[in-house]
Amino acid sequence: MAAIEILDLEKSYLVGFWRKRQKLALRPLRLTIEEGEVFGFLGPNGAGKTTTLKLLMGLVFPTAGTARILGMDMDDPRVKSQIGFLPEQPYFYDHLSARELLNYYGQLSGVPAIGRSARVEQMLARVGLSDSAGVQLRKFSKGMLQRVGLAQAILHDPKLVFLDEPMSGLDPMGRREVRDLIQQLRHEGKTVFFSTHILSDAEALCDRVGVIHQGELRGVGAVAELTSGTQGKVEIIFCAQKVPAGLTGLGAEARISGDMVNAVLPEEQQDAALEMLRRERLKLISLTPVRSSLEEYYIQKLRPAEDQKQGRKEESRKGVGV
Amino acid sequence: MNSGGTNARIGYIAFNTFREAVRDRVLYNLIAFALLLSGAAILVGEISIDIERLVVVNLGLTAVSLFGVVIAIFIGIGLVSKEIDKRTLYTVLSRPVRRWEFVVGKFFGLTGTLVVNTLLMAIGVFLALLYVAHRFEMMDAWVLVALYFIVLQFLIVCALALFFSSFSTPLMAAVFTFALFVVGSLAEDLRGFARITQGVGGWLATAIAYLVPNFSALNVISQVAHGDAVSGRLILYDSVYALLYSAMAVSGAVLIFQRRNLK
Repeated sequence: MAAIEILDLEKSYLVGFWRKRQKLALRPLRLTIEEGEVFGFLGPNGAGKTTTLKLLMGLVFPTAGTARILGMDMDDPRVKSQIGFLPEQPYFYDHLSARELLNYYGQLSGVPAIGRSARVEQMLARVGLSDSAGVQLRKFSKGMLQRVGLAQAILHDPKLVFLDEPMSGLDPMGRREVRDLIQQLRHEGKTVFFSTHILSDAEALCDRVGVIHQGELRGVGAVAELTSGTQGKVEIIFCAQKVPAGLTGLGAEARISGDMVNAVLPEEQQDAALEMLRRERLKLISLTPVRSSLEEYYIQKLRPAEDQKQGRKEESRKGVGV
Repeated sequence: MNSGGTNARIGYIAFNTFREAVRDRVLYNLIAFALLLSGAAILVGEISIDIERLVVVNLGLTAVSLFGVVIAIFIGIGLVSKEIDKRTLYTVLSRPVRRWEFVVGKFFGLTGTLVVNTLLMAIGVFLALLYVAHRFEMMDAWVLVALYFIVLQFLIVCALALFFSSFSTPLMAAVFTFALFVVGSLAEDLRGFARITQGVGGWLATAIAYLVPNFSALNVISQVAHGDAVSGRLILYDSVYALLYSAMAVSGAVLIFQRRNLK
């Protein structure tokens, strides 16, 4: 069963003093996320990631379209007890301690009174906050607040977890811990939908990713497929003090690093390059095909928009000139 | 979500609002109140003759009312808007909490804070009375009725602050609520003016006089200070009036908040 079915969800705002100008925050979005999947929603800042999450959480209302979450209509009140949500840069009631906050959220989520305290302590331990559980949140650092945010998102054992930029504001250790937590959620069979603009996180964690830009979904793909293909290029590393003259003639882009040369050249020139190395008696260190990365997919998906924008700018410049 | 769940959630939200107010040192106003009242009681005890009770009841209850109204306005305008600005609301509304439950819970939390505040101040008023009169009299029981009416005023002020803050900035909401409190305190005069005014002006004055909350009907401070009784009919009428008026204002706030995009 699909965990999330987004059916042409669309959001626009009326802006300007008279609220007559329409600003499109999300173009009709159609997307399905399967149960048990870890899905990464990628895009630069302002792309529409947070708007999508807010629509699914019922914090903003769609201009058109709808969504089904865990087989129920997104407006169905029963949905909320089965989902967890971590907003971007979360801010919590700072008059409460982490323990009090989680207890409060547990009450609101309908976690039974018997066992609630134990569950709260378990979550505090899981995000490494047991020692600071009694401290008021106003004394917490940004990273600690992010941990509290993660704890509250999974406190009531939801089937589906939405995380908006979960690694934001965390140090490398914190990011590692969040990655581990998402992996654990995957092993527990939870569905995780998280937005990020950090591609390495998405590459490491996600089954599939979607790229959104300027409110429009540009592409969806399985990470394994996106990163398994080669680009028709090979990378050759060999020992040399300078780049051999013949190499550039083979279409290679080379750079010297210490006593080694690192060259990337078209796959069809691979044999010619190896022959040249033998001729010049240079020691080969490695030869590897250049694999596609998520970054390339991401940039490729964003590029048309940038090109279009550039094109529009040029057109308008020409228009002004005429 | 059953109705028991609804009541429980409203209760949790109300308790959290109360706890926030207490931890944000809202009840520190009691210190200022205690200083004011004890200073006045000592002063009155020394200089006035036979009007100690009148002065202490008047001054005490007026202070209870003003301190409470200031708290009701300044916390009331931020009850929901502060949660939107700080985004604390996101993690609440992503749970099985309906928007109306949140608004009602916040309202009860603030009114609960004001009730506790008023109870503590009431103790101060009675202590001051005991200090100047050396004993309690039967007519002092009417002070309790005046305090009850003050709490009813707080209900309306909280509801209005909540209503105005649901569609305007906190500053404007404070201005609107305070303005209505002032105009409402003169509601009886306004009704009198409407009766003697003809034409469009008369219609307008009548409409305003009956639309603004009638705080003057809820003010029996002077009456009880003179030891006069308050009729049971007025207690009933004022109770129903205050509950209906505040329920309407809270419903208005809910209706607006239900449609609001939390950007």
